[in-house]
This record gives sequence, structure tokens and C-alpha cells, in this order.
Amino acid sequence: MENLEQLVQDGLSAVEAADNLQALDQIRVEYLGKKGSITQQAKTLGKLSAEERPAAGQKINEAKGQVEQAINARRSDLEKAAIEAKLASESIDVTLPGRGQDLGGLHPVTRTLQRIEEIFARAGYSVEQGPEIEDDYHNFEALNIPGHHPARAMHDTFYFNPGTLLRTHTSPVQIRTMEAGKPPFRMICPGRVYRCDSDMTHTPMFHQVEGLLIEKNVSFADLKSTVEEFLRVFFERDLKVRFRPSYFPFTEPSAEVDIEWGREADGSIKWLEVMGCGMVHPKVFEHCGIDAEEYRGFAFGLGVERLAMLRYGVKDLRMFFENDLRFLRQFR
Amino acid sequence: MKFSEQWLREWVNPSIDSQALMDQITMAGLEVDGFEPVAGEFSGVIVGEVVSVEAHPDADKLRVCQVSNGEETVQVVCGAPNVREGLKVPFAEVGAVLPGNFKIKKAKLRGQPSQGMLCSESELALSESHDGLMELPDDAPVGQSMVDYLKLNDIAIDVDLTPNRSDCLSIKGLAREVGVLNSQVVEAPEIEPVEAVHSEVPAIRVEAPEACPRYLGRVLRNVNLKAETPLWMQEKLRRSGIRSIDAAVDVTNYVMLELGQPLHAFDREEISGGIVVRMAKAGEKLVLLDGQEVELTAETLVIADHDKPIAIAGVMGGEHSGVNEKTQDLVLESAYFEPIAMAGKARHYGLHTDASHRFERGVDYELAREAMERATRLLMDIVGGEPGDIVEVVSWEDLPKAKTVDLREKRLADVLGLAIDRTTVEEILSRLGLRVEKLLKDGWRISVPSFRPDISIEEDLIEEVGRIYGYNNLPVTEPTGSLGLSVREEAVRPLSAVRNFFVAQGYQEAITYSFVDPKVQQLIDPDREGIALANPISADLSVMRTTLWSGLIKTVQHNQNRQQPRIRLFETGLRFVKDGDQIDQQPMLAGVVVGNQTPENWTNGRRASDFFDVKGELESLFQVLGIEIQFRASQHPALHPGQTAELLRDGESVGWLGTLHPQVQKNLELNGTILMFELFLNSIVTGYVPNFKDVSKFPEVRRDLAIIIGSEVSFAQVEEIARKQAGEHLTDMRVFDVYEGESLGEGNRSLALSLFWQHPERTLNEDEVHTLFNGVIDSLKEELGATLRS
Repeated sequence: MENLEQLVQDGLSAVEAADNLQALDQIRVEYLGKKGSITQQAKTLGKLSAEERPAAGQKINEAKGQVEQAINARRSDLEKAAIEAKLASESIDVTLPGRGQDLGGLHPVTRTLQRIEEIFARAGYSVEQGPEIEDDYHNFEALNIPGHHPARAMHDTFYFNPGTLLRTHTSPVQIRTMEAGKPPFRMICPGRVYRCDSDMTHTPMFHQVEGLLIEKNVSFADLKSTVEEFLRVFFERDLKVRFRPSYFPFTEPSAEVDIEWGREADGSIKWLEVMGCGMVHPKVFEHCGIDAEEYRGFAFGLGVERLAMLRYGVKDLRMFFENDLRFLRQFR
Repeated sequence: MKFSEQWLREWVNPSIDSQALMDQITMAGLEVDGFEPVAGEFSGVIVGEVVSVEAHPDADKLRVCQVSNGEETVQVVCGAPNVREGLKVPFAEVGAVLPGNFKIKKAKLRGQPSQGMLCSESELALSESHDGLMELPDDAPVGQSMVDYLKLNDIAIDVDLTPNRSDCLSIKGLAREVGVLNSQVVEAPEIEPVEAVHSEVPAIRVEAPEACPRYLGRVLRNVNLKAETPLWMQEKLRRSGIRSIDAAVDVTNYVMLELGQPLHAFDREEISGGIVVRMAKAGEKLVLLDGQEVELTAETLVIADHDKPIAIAGVMGGEHSGVNEKTQDLVLESAYFEPIAMAGKARHYGLHTDASHRFERGVDYELAREAMERATRLLMDIVGGEPGDIVEVVSWEDLPKAKTVDLREKRLADVLGLAIDRTTVEEILSRLGLRVEKLLKDGWRISVPSFRPDISIEEDLIEEVGRIYGYNNLPVTEPTGSLGLSVREEAVRPLSAVRNFFVAQGYQEAITYSFVDPKVQQLIDPDREGIALANPISADLSVMRTTLWSGLIKTVQHNQNRQQPRIRLFETGLRFVKDGDQIDQQPMLAGVVVGNQTPENWTNGRRASDFFDVKGELESLFQVLGIEIQFRASQHPALHPGQTAELLRDGESVGWLGTLHPQVQKNLELNGTILMFELFLNSIVTGYVPNFKDVSKFPEVRRDLAIIIGSEVSFAQVEEIARKQAGEHLTDMRVFDVYEGESLGEGNRSLALSLFWQHPERTLNEDEVHTLFNGVIDSLKEELGATLRS
């Protein structure tokens, strides 16, 4: 039986020395396999008396167990080490830049338009579109700007021929929508408009959003709240807003809307004109076949580029239409 | 309109400072555009008198003058040509500071001591005039500070009047507004009729009474037009932005500024026969006061004599009939010209005058006589002369009628959102000159004064009440109304989804002008003529785009010129094409791609985008939209003949995809392979609403095949045959390899396809699939001459 203890000692040393799973498996076969040296010890049992046999058998089993346990422990260590080695070999520099497509971006005018549309859509305004090449009637006549009207000089109009022009505002869309439907109305008309003017502060094309609300009972006080709320929601600030009497042929009373803008710190605070608005003129109702005694309405209009410039701090209007990628990428 | 604050305050003088006054009128709807001091900032300048003038011993152009400041006489060296003995001039004494912080010190000029400086108008920043010293009237008090003497503590205020407020194009009108705003009485100068001292009257015939319902004339004999306009009047004109010309012109301008009535003075000598107010005969010529000769149109109202036109009515006088210093007798004109007859007339001749500006907007039709009397008196004060009687020709039926407008109390409250008490309303209206003619059961009957042509309906009165009450004093309330839900078609994808798709694919949105360079467009879309603007801003923005590519290509050029090698742009917007007499305005979606398909990175990313990259992106878009599109090889003048696809939906053309034609690219000096697409938005945004089908529980079967076909055979042909033969249970078909190489033989290529079948209700058996698969192979062999690749 001394031999058994020696075998166990040898086995344990061999297990200890095994540095890979294959070697370890070899050791298991060598000691514990069918023909393994410890397994073979069972053959010696036959030579023993019936009284001695159980104890000797037990010893062999214990020896087997001892080596098996060592092998299992060693296997587990080796497996763990193997996984660790694999993981170590698989490690990457996670700080390297990712691959793939760069994101593009919306044009700042679109971004601003979408924002305006969303704000009004939440209050139930529909978004209406119309032609950009317009006729004189929808752009002027129906809006109470007859041919001889001095207000026509306020619109430097691009003409194709005397009756056909590029719309100077999006108000004709309101006319077309009113012609096609029945009150009440609640709509905004965003889009491109054109004026024959080009300098530091004017581009021959720009964008407007005009809004119209027609109900049986609506007042200038309602207009005030709509405009004020819009400006506060748009700029996400508690702005000071004032309404300054003005003149548009298609609204009366008419007002221009100024906001207080600038920083108190450097004394740059001043009133900035941002919108025009007013109560729909009875002539406009008449042109659209709506009874001005039954319905009243208000309308407002704003320049999208102007709001975008204020919101994003753009200094030069002309940059919007140069489409320089270094400019556009700042708005994605 | 530019005016002097001091002049306004002569009429009405509220105890508020300049800034408060300007804020007040701005908030009344007369927007102050700006203001400026009427003179530069200076000190130590007084009225001086030149006592004696001697030649400078060592300089031809300098004079040595003795100048009195009222207490003592000092020596001043002066180079101005108009310096002379007895002249009163602005004198900057030693210690004075002139505009621009220019300090006057003792000096020596060519050896002669000089204590101070005699000043021109420009040196005091009164005007741009450099014509020698400013000459002061003989009665200017020597020693008085110039600031006090000229009352220079004043500002010129510029108001940007809206076209409806013609009544405020005068000091009188502005004063009326300021009076209303401050509840103050306005003090107008007294205007008395001037009595005639002779019986000569001008002969006046008005042949166009509808354009000129009222015309007044008066002869003023034996005037002395050499007489100088008094400094106070010159100063008021200057502060209003009007240059002094001569007494006759200055007085007419002065009365126009003061009362709002444009006037004109003719030289009686030059009027042949008498005055005729008539429409011009087409082709008649007239040399105007500015020296320009114009050919008149028949729509132009003129003042003529019995031979020829002598003025464009209400716009500008003729040169020939104008007054000059030799003029002895004047004919003064004061008239009411109808705004509609005046509209656009000045502009037609490239003119815009103070008179035309007022007449087009509407002058008070009852003002002509008062203004005539005022001008006569002022003229006589300056140039003397003997007045005759005023001749007035009126066509009562053409003259505007006195109007009344009813204002309902309830309507006022409904529109403004506030019930303003009756007394306040009446007070506001009456101060504005809108007299309550009659109290009505539900409101007021208001008589509209002749100076407010803009008021003709109830809303005009509501605006007046609201404006004076103050818009900012009106309440703020939330609108109420119906809250119906609106239709949103689910199958129609919103434009924002399309835009967001391209943004995610790395495209930057562009917005380019709708008018483009016809030369560029001609290269891209030679078969279509762009609709041309009659008055473009410039030649390179003169025709409407027929394709969005015209603007996008220019944008590529702009960015390539700025070292941007990788450009991916898209735009949405209208294109404009002629369709017979009609103009089609079609919403388009277009894009351009040039440069690497992905940003350069550390494994690859240097591969330039090609046709199939962009095609793949468009195919993804079509999945987003839920539509099926076929690509068909085609031709487009802007695109490479071998790399052009027309996009079809149910057989209808919906757009184009291709590579920019190398020749066009060369002409436009662009770099790289430029891929472009343009689609009709309306044809692609409507997809479908999903309709659920049971998911098959049975296995899918895949079969692969590789065939060799002639290069001229398109994949589309292969696909069509394969799909037809593969039967209804084919679920998908993919290309997994395309190969062209010598081993296949010249003019051949190989395609490798996978076909997928699945039956919804059972497992497909081997035989069925085999039969279908072989059917595909046989048809490809038979119809396209395909061979199986081994």
C-alpha cells in the first residue's frame, strides 16, 4: 500500500506540473483511466483477505478521489487562465474613432421652420402650401392692395409679365385656402417668398410663416396672446414684447411686434422688430366670400431667417443661401 | 419724413424730453427711424464781424483780417475767398473746440499771428458745404454764441411713415398727433387771406377735372428774387433735409413741410397764353427742373400753357418755366391732384419728389387755399411783390366728398377685446379731428376730416381708437374656438421623414435660390427653357429653375472651391416648367454626391461613392416610404449615357439617378465623380398602410445558382424571368456575386443568385422546389442564352 501513497504523491505533482488541458487529460488517463496506475491498484485487492478488502478498497477510492479533485481544480484553473488569455488577446483600443457615415443636417431655415410648425401644430393650426409663381389677384388684389396702392412700392416685386409674379409674401396661400374652404380656419403658411432687393440685409429670396385664425369671436386681445406666447415658446425665454401700431393693407388694426433683445451687461438692450400682425381686413373677407359681421380673424407674419439669426446668432443673412458646408454643419 | 424737433415744439410743446417724445410717436404708429443733432458738437464759436481785410504779405491766397467779437478786435488769418469787410461770420475764438474735437489755438500763418478761425458751414458740421465762410445776416448780434443764435440745441427726427398716414407728412399733422397723445392744444400760426392789390389773374383751364378736381393760381408781380431767404427758414429747411435754392422755391418747400401742401411757382413770362391742366399727348417732350428731358405718356397729367407742357402735375416743374433771379412776376400754383391719377407717375419717369410722395398718398383736399395764402404772405415778407386775387377752379363732383363713418360700440369692444368707456372713445376721436356728428343708438356717426383720406370704414376708426388708447394697454386673452381633429393620411409620409432619412445618410440639406443662372441650367437641362423674370436682380439669377440640380451644382462648385472634397447635399422645393400656357410648379427632391462614400477612417473610407451607393440609399428611402421603384437604363442630357437610370413607379417616371455627364462636369470645372438624383416628391410620398398576413410556420428553402450571360443582358431581365418561373411562393431573391473576367470570355459576365421559397401552410417538398428551380434555370437558358457556371 506504500505504493499507493507514492502514486498519489506522483499524481498530485504531475497535476501540479500540468500547464495545459491536454497534459492534464493525459495525467487523468495515466492515473485514473481504465488502465491508470491507481485504477490498476484495484487488482491487488484480490490478493487480500475479505476482512482487509473493504479498507483497502476504500483507500484506493480515496486516492482516486484525491487525484480527481486535484485534476478538476487544476482544470478549472487552466480553463480560467485560457479564457483570460483569450480575452487579453482580444482587447482593442476603444478610444479609436468609430467607422461609418457622418450625420448630415437640416438647413437652419428648415430647422427653424419645423420648430415653428410644431409650435403651432400643437395649437391646432394646419400647415398650408401654395404656388410660388402667383397671380396679381392673389398676391395683391385679394389682399386689399389694388394696382395704384402705394403699398405696392413696399413690395419690390419680381414679375414675369404684368399679371404674373413671384409671391412677395405667403398671404396668397391664406386667400387660396379660404377660397377653397369654409370658416373657421386655423392655419400657418410657411414658404419661400421673393423681393427684388439684394444687399447686406436683404436677399432676393427668403422665408415667411404667416398665420391666420378665423373664428366667430376673436379679438385683438387674442392675437396679442398668440403672438406673445409664440415668441416666448420659440425663444424659450420670458421676453418683453410690445405691439406698435403699423399699417398693412390686409389687416386693420395692424401692429408690428418688437421684442426686447440684447444684454443688460453691455447696455445693448433694444427693441427689435420681429413680426407683423393685425385683425383681418373686411376687404379680405369680402374677397374670400366670408361675412365679416359673422366672422373675425387675426393674421400674423414673420421672417424665418430673421428669427433664425436671432436664435442662433447668425450675423449675415446671405450665409443662409451660400450653402457653405462649414456654415451648414453647425446646425445639425 | 425728417423734421426738426424745435419746429414741432413751436406747434405743440409737451413737457417730455426728446427721447420720450420719439418713443411716444413711435408707439402711436409713426415709427422713428433715427435722429441726429442738427449741428456738430462745438463750443466757443460766436457771431463775429470782419472789421477789416488786408492782403497777407507773404501769401497770395491768405488775408489778414481784424475780427470783432463784440468786446475786442483780434487778428485772424483767413483763406476763404468770400471774406470781406463788414461780413458777419461764425468765429471760433482761441479756446474753441470744433466738431471732431478740433481745438483752436493761437497760431502763426506764414509769419502772421492768427487768433482764432472764421468758419464755413462744414466746419460746424451744419452741412457738407465748403463754399467759403458761412455768411450770417447783417443783423446777427456780434458776440452771441452761435449755438444760441441758430438755436442749434435741436435734433432732426426721421419718421418712417406708413403709406396710409399722408396726414403726418407735415409739421401740422405731426403736431396734431403729438397733441392727441399728450392731450394738449396745438398752436398753429395764424394764416390770414392776403388782399389783392391788382386785378391780374392767371387764365386757368382744367381739362382733366377727374385727375385735378381743384386748381388755384395767383399772380405775384414785381418780386425781387435776388432777396435772400431768411436764415431761420433756411435752417428749418436744412433740418428737414431740404437745401435752400432761392426764396420762391424755399417758401414753397417751407409751406409743404409746414402744412403738407406741395406748391409750385412759375415764371409768368414763360407761360404762353394761360394755364391748361390736361393729360399729356403721347410723345410730348418736356425738360424738367433737374435738366432731364422726358417723353410724356398719355396717362400723365401735365400743367401746360397754350403751346406746351410746363410741368408734370404734382411731380416736377419744367426747367423753362421755372423761376430764377431775373423773374419779375410769379404764378403760384396750389392744387389737389387725385391720388389714383398720380399713382406710379413719378416712378414711370424715374422720379420721386417730395410733392409726388405726398400727392400719391393723398393731400388734404381742402388745404390748397390756406397754403396759397400762407405762401403768399411768406413770399411777400422776403421778396416783396404785389399779389392779385386767387383764381380757383373746382370740379365739385370730382372732389372727394365729405365722409361720415359709423362706429358701433359693441364692434369696437369685440375687435379690440375691451370695452373702452364712451367718454374716452369720444375724447380720442375728437382730438384726432374725427368729430362726432351724431350719437347713434349703438355708437357714433363720425365725420371724417379732409386731411384723413385713409379713414373710410369702421375698422379705420377702431384702429384709431386702439392706437391712441395704446395696443399695449389692451388685454391679453387666449383665443377660444372649435378643436376639431384634422385628417392625417397614414400612407403619406411627411416631408420631415424624407429629410430626416437623408440627414441620417450623411446628407446636408441645402436651400438654393429658385432663380438660377440660365447658362448653367442650359448645360444641365438643355431641352427646357426656364421661365425668365422680367426684372431679375442679376443675369445669374434670371430664370426659374427647371431642375433643382441647377442650384445644387453651383453649391458643389462653391464648396469644392473651398477645399470641401466630400459633398453630400439634398434639397426639396419647387421646380418651374412651362406646360403650354400654364406653369407647372412641381415639388421635387434632389441630391448630389461627390467624394468618399464614408468619411475617411482607419480601415478604409477612401472609396469614392458610386452609382450603387446612391442607388442603395434611394432604395432604403423607398422602403421608408413604402413604395416599389424600378430602375431602367435610360438617357438624360445632364447624365453619363452609360450610367443613367430612370426611376419608375408602376410604369410612371418618377425621377432620375445618374452620374453627371463628364462633358458637363468639365464645362462647370467640377472635380470627382458626381452622382445626382431628382425625384417628383408627389409621386413618391404615398406608400401604404400595413396589412397583416399570418407568419408562415414552415421552413424556408434556399437555392443558389450562378449563370453566365452576355454583358448586354441586364439583371432586371434575369430577375423578371426568374420571378416569373419561381412561382408565387418565392419570398426573396438576392444577388450575391457579379463577376466579369477573361475566364468567362469576352462580353460575358456571371451573376450569382439566391432564391428563397416558403409556403404559408405547409412544408415545400424537395421535388416541388427542384421543379421550380429547374424551371428558372431552363427559362434563363432559353430566353437569355444563359449557361450555368460550373
